Amino acid sequence: MFAYIVRRILYAIPILVGVNLLTFTLFFVVNSPDDMARMHLGMKRVTPEAISKWKQNRGYDKPLLYNSEAEGAARVMDTIFFTKSVSLFAFRFGSADDGRDIGHDIQQRMWPSLAIAIPVFIVGILVNITFALLLAFFRATYIDIWGVILCVILMSISALFYIIGGQFLIGKLLHLVPISGYDTGINSFKFLVLPVVIGIIGGIGAGTRWYRTIFLEEINKDYVRTARAKGLSELRVLFRHVLKNAMIPILTGAVVVIPLLFMGSLLTESFFGIPGLGSYTIEAIQSQDFAIVRAMVFLGSVMYIFGLILTDISYTLVDPRIRLS
Amino acid sequence: MQKLSRQFWFAPLLILAGLWLLWLFVPLMLGVKPVMLWTDRLIVLLLAAVVLLVAYIRRKAPLREAWLQVFRQRRAMIALVVLCAFIVIGLLDSIHYRKPLPRSSGDAVQYSVEVLSVLDAVLERLRAREEKTYSAPFATHLYAKETVTLPDGRQVRIYPRLTHAGRHLADPQKDKAADIMRTSLQGVAGGVLLGLSLLLLLTRWLAWRKRQAFLSCWREIWRGASEIPWRSIFLTILIVIVSISTAWALSGKYHVFGTDKVGQDVLYLSLKSIRTGLVIGTLTTLVMLPFAIALGIMAGYFRGWVDDIIQYLYTTLSSIPGVLLIAAAILSIQVYIANHPSLFETATDRADLRLLALCVILGITSWTGLCRLLRGETLKLREMDYIQAATALGVRHFTILGRHVMPNVLHIVLIMVVLDFSGLVLAEAVLSYVGVGVDPSTISWGNMINGARLELAREPVVWWSLIAAFCLMFTLVLAANLFADAVRDAFDPRLREQA
Repeated sequence: MFAYIVRRILYAIPILVGVNLLTFTLFFVVNSPDDMARMHLGMKRVTPEAISKWKQNRGYDKPLLYNSEAEGAARVMDTIFFTKSVSLFAFRFGSADDGRDIGHDIQQRMWPSLAIAIPVFIVGILVNITFALLLAFFRATYIDIWGVILCVILMSISALFYIIGGQFLIGKLLHLVPISGYDTGINSFKFLVLPVVIGIIGGIGAGTRWYRTIFLEEINKDYVRTARAKGLSELRVLFRHVLKNAMIPILTGAVVVIPLLFMGSLLTESFFGIPGLGSYTIEAIQSQDFAIVRAMVFLGSVMYIFGLILTDISYTLVDPRIRLS
Repeated sequence: MQKLSRQFWFAPLLILAGLWLLWLFVPLMLGVKPVMLWTDRLIVLLLAAVVLLVAYIRRKAPLREAWLQVFRQRRAMIALVVLCAFIVIGLLDSIHYRKPLPRSSGDAVQYSVEVLSVLDAVLERLRAREEKTYSAPFATHLYAKETVTLPDGRQVRIYPRLTHAGRHLADPQKDKAADIMRTSLQGVAGGVLLGLSLLLLLTRWLAWRKRQAFLSCWREIWRGASEIPWRSIFLTILIVIVSISTAWALSGKYHVFGTDKVGQDVLYLSLKSIRTGLVIGTLTTLVMLPFAIALGIMAGYFRGWVDDIIQYLYTTLSSIPGVLLIAAAILSIQVYIANHPSLFETATDRADLRLLALCVILGITSWTGLCRLLRGETLKLREMDYIQAATALGVRHFTILGRHVMPNVLHIVLIMVVLDFSGLVLAEAVLSYVGVGVDPSTISWGNMINGARLELAREPVVWWSLIAAFCLMFTLVLAANLFADAVRDAFDPRLREQA
């Protein structure tokens, strides 16, 4: 087990190197730092002095890959590639355009993100599994057919409309909770209710349908027929046998997203004004703060790979037939 | 020549050549300058691919059978009719031209920088009628108060009458409801007439194809006895035509969906958004498909180091969160476009390039799923007897890939393409909100929602842009989803066994 995990982590390194090279190409090779400076300072009437000052402030005034003026190791170390891209591996994210430390910001902002993402994730899965079991129980009846159509309808509504509609209805017309904002501690509850509820409702359509197909796949297997032939009630079959065996595909889908929860939800957080990592990313994109975007891209891939490893490990825990090799 | 005409691609090519000739000569006659944007070219390519595919499917019995299974489903056919309506509007909006400017004698003809489309010409009555600012649907007065000088010289702050809506009403308070009623009745009547005559023509064609008498064919359809659910198709066509004709009649006198902040008709904007949505939903797939198919089946077929490299490639790409990769790429392209203004002749060119870039980037982020599926399927296929036999007989690898592997994974490609479509249309709106979607000057549902969402805080609420965008987007995505489900059921053998 331990050796397997170590090997998987070693496999992850070339992938992260690839991600790093890709972002480096996108941000520094496709557009030179000069282009970026001109974009930031406004397109017209930019003096070369202003550009070099902008570059100096942010540490972009070095050569890209190889510094021929430096000596020894600094030839490679004192370059944009090393200071901006390689340092990400040590989780040194550098500072944003406004001078704040990105690593510090991420530590602060991950908590509000988690406060929304974790309840949405857990309650969402429970709600979806419940509905899916219900549809599987009534399979091939009108309840099932219309349930699936309802799911498709829910899936066809853009996430934007769930948020806008929810804010308008609950926040503006009914005045039940504040429309947006955030507070610390117990006070944060009233700010979190609406985004969490909307997050859950928005996921019902796709989630229920997905779990329903998983259940139906299990229901047609031989052991279920045996269980029925033994004379078990349909409910018992569903909960004892189908649900238990369907946990394996459900787990694959669920575990892989757990680490990504911490990245937050872009839309929800920015609409509800919650100072999490999602809104951090959106603000960075909108103000074209490349340093933050780069840091979040790297962090996102780390989390995704971490999720993949978690998935493999959890497989062996629930299904003894699967061995790690 | 005899032999040529039996090839399945011959007739489609003839059709395409005819269309191309039309495209060359009609603008000459009308004196406009045809414009081919990059996305237009790809749309033509896509159309050609679809036409060839249809011809290919008609010749292959198993494929024809699977499609017939799709066509027999009522829900899928209703969705298909709605999709076709959207596609027609989108195609009309993809034929672009530039009008000549009025010229003084002797000069060479100069063309306006404004790129119009055939849809613009059709909707001229909507496009040209701009108000000052917001107005509600069917309103006769502006949303905001203005200072108006009365004939006797006094100045008052009132809600002024709209310049282009409800001008014909003497007393809007009293006459409006009756007038709207009358106009929409006219529209409905016109729509029913038009629709019915179209349906009669369709029945005529069906009867001719089935070698049936017209009346018995007509009766069979309305009794719901035909194999393909023509009754539902007919009813949907009728509903679509009636709603278009009603909207057409009403839009001559009112702003059916109101006007937006700068006074543009919202109905016009939401119809123009259709092309953007369709382009993103289809061209994204078109640009990513060759890579996904080639890499996917190569990885599965050759295994070894080829497989390792391709797997590494798609794991790396899929490990970056999609939105962030798109954001990173679009930000870079923005910088590039801003720094090279001389490359683009018109603003539309620039916006179009960004739309295309968005498609390419969305394609890059979304090909990995398909690639992985194809690799898995090919791994299974290469152990099949017929491929083993081909290898043993010394058939070249790429011939095996093209002749034996490709046709047997095509159903997966088809399922993924139709399933991806609706997700891509929805993604456009979200990306526009994040600020990395289409160009702000491109008319799209995402931009409409983005512009309208802050106006919900106003009093009275400005809701119409949002609702209009919602209705059209929802209809398109729902139709696409329903159709995709039917296609998946028909082509996925694993699911068919269960049913």
